[in-house]
Formats: sequence, structure tokens, C-alpha cells
Amino acid sequence: MNNEKLIELRGLSKSFDGEQVLKSINLDIHKKEFITLLGPSGCGKTTTLRMIAGFVTPDEGDVIFNGKKINDIPPYRRPVNTVFQRYALFPHLNVYENVAFGLRLQKISDEEIRTRVKEMLALVNLKGFEKRDVTALSGGQQQRVAIARALINKPEVLLLDEPLGALDLKLRKDMQVELKRMQRQTGITFIYVTHDQEEALSMSDTVVVMADGRIQQIGTPEKIYNEPENAFVADFIGESNIVNGTMIEDFKVSFAGQTFTCEDSGFGKNEPVDVVVRPEDIDIVPVENCMLTGNVSSVTFKGDYYEILVLVDNFMWMIETTDRVAIGQTIGISIDPHEIQVMRKSEYSGKFGDYSTFSDEMDHLSDTTEPEAEDSQKTEEAEN
Amino acid sequence: MTGAAVNKRRSLCAAPHMVWAVLFIIAPLIFVAVYAFTDTSGAFTLDNFVSLADYTDAFVRSASYSLIATVICLIIGYPLASAICSCKPRTQRILIMMVMLPMWINFLIRTYAIMKLLEDTGIINSFLQLIFGEEFELHMINTPGAVIFGMVYDYLPYMVLPIYTVMSKIDPKLPEAAADLGCNKLQTAVRVTLPLSVSGIVSGITMVFVPSISTFYISQKLGGGQYLLIGDAIETAFGNVNTYNVGAAMSLVLMIIVLISTAVMNRFDKSGADENGGAVV
Repeated sequence: MNNEKLIELRGLSKSFDGEQVLKSINLDIHKKEFITLLGPSGCGKTTTLRMIAGFVTPDEGDVIFNGKKINDIPPYRRPVNTVFQRYALFPHLNVYENVAFGLRLQKISDEEIRTRVKEMLALVNLKGFEKRDVTALSGGQQQRVAIARALINKPEVLLLDEPLGALDLKLRKDMQVELKRMQRQTGITFIYVTHDQEEALSMSDTVVVMADGRIQQIGTPEKIYNEPENAFVADFIGESNIVNGTMIEDFKVSFAGQTFTCEDSGFGKNEPVDVVVRPEDIDIVPVENCMLTGNVSSVTFKGDYYEILVLVDNFMWMIETTDRVAIGQTIGISIDPHEIQVMRKSEYSGKFGDYSTFSDEMDHLSDTTEPEAEDSQKTEEAEN
Repeated sequence: MTGAAVNKRRSLCAAPHMVWAVLFIIAPLIFVAVYAFTDTSGAFTLDNFVSLADYTDAFVRSASYSLIATVICLIIGYPLASAICSCKPRTQRILIMMVMLPMWINFLIRTYAIMKLLEDTGIINSFLQLIFGEEFELHMINTPGAVIFGMVYDYLPYMVLPIYTVMSKIDPKLPEAAADLGCNKLQTAVRVTLPLSVSGIVSGITMVFVPSISTFYISQKLGGGQYLLIGDAIETAFGNVNTYNVGAAMSLVLMIIVLISTAVMNRFDKSGADENGGAVV
């Protein structure tokens, strides 16, 4: 990754059937960057990707590629290639012809096509699959063909629309590592769309968190996780306790009836804020020398740690600890200054971060909702 | 339940169809075959087939007219089906209904209507005379063109519908993927949409060619009886008890021609007719 801008999105807006799905998106994408658009179903991430590919034209704003506006350039003349959500391989062609498809459209000799297809199939670990029928391949293999078919054209940018969504967990993990390797090996800019926060954090140079058609935060995975800018980002990326607080002055914030030292500054005096503390950043200490006390209301064994819910000052906190505690026990809580993240109030304040209605099952369900089904369907309809 | 028991139950379910097939498909075929190989007294003979030499013209004419009609139907039907597919779902339904609408009207009445249109004093000529003056006359009725026009008009829906059915099932992401890989609209149509709609085209060709080659009445009305088609010859033959046997021989030969041409067509459909349905035979 370097600092040369490759794609600039300037004030992109789009409505389908009167519903605004993108609200003035601004984003810079750099050369050789692995950038991920992350957000829940219907947040506009797929629409953004399709605008870069050229399948959707923005109502307002510009897509700028290498300094040139490309709004009106049709998809087939853009130097980008896409790996589609359900691969969209050509069922009438075998693996070889699917991969060679893009090259056949250019004036390239059969000899060169053969060499390049061979190279590409080696890159995606599909040596010897040339003659296979694509409909007879497993999901993971189809996925690799789709990647090879896109990468063989040596695009400046590869767009990946939830490429791992249809694979099982084990395969998904393997493919994450492989995609990252391919990106390093080819030096191509990857723009990756997913609703899976773990995928986003482990693969990306830059994560763009989106919700409700807006970009919520842009940053490195560490920055997104450790310094979320609002309650939505804090909640969407990992587990977090989000409580109402007041910024007394620089480096001093009060919440849960106590005043804490923190590392944030630049807020107004006594400004109401959201305070985020990650469950793994909270220490359980003896009640005598603690900052807060709470009553344990549930303990869940998670293997290498316990996930406990603690009622502190009418707010349910989640704590991840290796200490053994019992339900009903009163415990002391201590939080280090650098573990406290202070955020400005936003439209998402108060919507997330309270574990009083929390259940693992619910959380699990909402994490694995049908990836962008609504969103892409809407797009298709509008395109028709 | 054992596998054999399941099979037995399944074959029981097929019984009504078997009875139907025997009664109405196989038995008539046997009758036709028996008539074709016998004379009026019921004795075995091959004379019926020898006498078919008189009808060579009719066979050739039927084959060539129906071939031309099929090609014209394909040239009109494929782009039409493709255009319908690119509309919104609601519009698609309306357009498909409009394609099928003529099929709701009796075949004879439709043919009469075409006659009224094409006649020397018909609607088209009256209209042309309004523009070009009284002297103008475009002679259309009683020409081979009129017969072929009749075939195209009557059988066009059978070309459009199977192509539309197959085409509308193509994943919309595939043309998108083609565009993404560098295909313009024409290249997408040739490299992706066309190969994926082959089974519809094969069905369409079969469904237009088979009824066209055996059609009757169209030629009598639109060709003025000058262009004998094999369907008409068969009809005439079965109009007289004494020529049943020759008629049966003609039917048998026609059936063989149709079977051969269908078999040839199906070779082009590599994906297999079973996959997309719609294919005949």
C-alpha cells in the first residue's frame, strides 16, 4: 500500500424506488490497498461496489479513477474486475474457458492464453482442473475459478462482493488467508465487501464501516476496534459496553456515578458523551480497592474465558475474564485509563451496548443474516 | 418399504398414462402402418409407397416452405424474446400475453383474416391504393410468399415462448459478469446469452418446423390451391375411402422426415432437453 490515490468517490448518492440507499459517500482508495466495506445488510456497501464496477450510476457525485471521472464509462471499459457473490460462472463453459473468457475478448494468441490460464490456475490452487465442468465443482472451487477469471485480466482493482459468504466456516478461514496472499502476490488493489467484522479486521489494510447509506468510520482495523467513533461502530465491531457519560474536562470522564481518568480530550466542558469499554479490557478486583461494584447475573463458559454479565448501577455490563466468579456474587471492577474510549453522541447513541437484553443466540443470528440479499435484490430490480 | 415395492407403486401411478398412450398414440400408429402396407382389399403391398413418387413436389414444397417459415420465425422470434426478457417483470407478462393472444383465436378464422388482408382487393391493397392511387396493386395472395407468411403468422408464438422461457431463467449476474470481463452488449449476446438459450432455440425450431411441414388449409386459402402441400395431400387422400392407403403411406413418410429432423436438431442441444423443459420429442 502506498499513498497514491487510485479511486476517489465524491459525494455519491443513490436512491432506488424513492428510498435513499447511499447518502453522500466520500472515500479515497489507494494503490495496492486492501480496503473493506463493512456493514450490515442494506447499508449501501454493495451499491457502492457496483458503482465502482459501473453497474449502478450515481444520482449525484462522481467516481474518479486515476484522476479521471468515469461515471459514464460502461463496465466493460473499466479497468476493474469483479468476483460476484455467487460467483456467476458461465455454466456453458469449462474451467479453462471461464478463466480465459476475458483474454479471449482481447487480441491475444492462444499460446499466451494457455500460459496465463495455467499460471492463474496455479495461483488459485486449481492445477489440473482445466477440463472440469464448472457446475460440478464445490463452492470453494467455484470461488477460486471466479477469482482466477477476474485476476487473469490484470485489473487495477479487484472488487469482491461477499466472496466467502456461501462457504462454510473452515473454508472461509482458509480462503481469507489465501485471498490476502493473492493480493500481496499480485499487488492489485482489493475492494472487499462483507458483513463479517472478523473477516474485515483480519484481512484489510483499511476498514470502512457503513450503516444506513453513510460511512461511519474509516481506519485501520486496530483503529476501528480500539477507537470507534460512534456507538454503531463500537457495537458492530466486536463486543462493547456503551454507557452514557459526561466529559468533565480533558482526560476526565464520568460514568456509572464515578469519575475516571481517560486519554481523550478535545470535548466541550461537561459535554454528554458515549463511553465504550471492551469486555476483555475490564479487570475484576477485590471489592475493597475497586472503582465500581456490580452484581454478577450470569456466567457463560467460553473455553478460554468466562463471559459474565454484571449489573452495575442499573446497567448490564459484559466482562470477559479468566477469573472464576459465581452468580449473585458482588465483584469489584477496575478499568485502566487507556481502555476507556470516549465518543461523541450520535444518532446511534443509546441503541447499542447494553447487555440487559443480550442472549448469545440472538447475537449469533443477527451476525449471520443473509448477506446483503435485500440490498442486491433492490439493486437488480432498479436496474431492470 | 423395499425398493421393489416403491417401483411397483410408481408404475401403478403411471397406469392411466399407459392406457392413454396405448389407446390414443400407439393404436392409431399401428392402424396407419397397417393401412400403409396394404391395398384396399387388405393384402400386403408396397405400391402405396411407389405411388408417393407423384407427390415428390408436395414433399419438397412442404419441406422448403416450412424451413423458410422456421428461419423467419427464428429471425423475428429470438430478438423478440430477448427484448421481452429485458423488460420489467410486469411488462414481460403483458407482452407474453400479447404473443399468445392470437393462439386463442381459431386457426381457420386467423387464416381467413390473413386472406382478407392480403387479397388484391383486401385491406392492405385498399390502404396502399389510398396512398399510391387507384392503379396501384400489390399482388400478394395466392403466392408462395402468402403461404409462408401464413405459416410464420400462425406458428411464431411457438418460437417465442420456448426461447423466452429459457432466456428468462438465465442468471442476470451472467451478462453482468460478461460485461465486467470486457464484453460489450453484442459480445455478451453472442458469447453468453446465445449459447445459454440454445435449448430454447432448438425447442422453438422443432415446434415451428413440425406443425409447418404437416400443415394444411393455409395453402388452400392463401395459395389459391396452386401450391399443394403434403398436409393437404394427406387430407385429400383421407377424404376418399379408396385412397386411405396412399394417405397412410404419406403420413408415415412425413412422420419419418419429422423424426429425423428433430433428432438432428436435438444434437445441437448439448445441455439436454430435460434440463430446461420445453423441448418436444
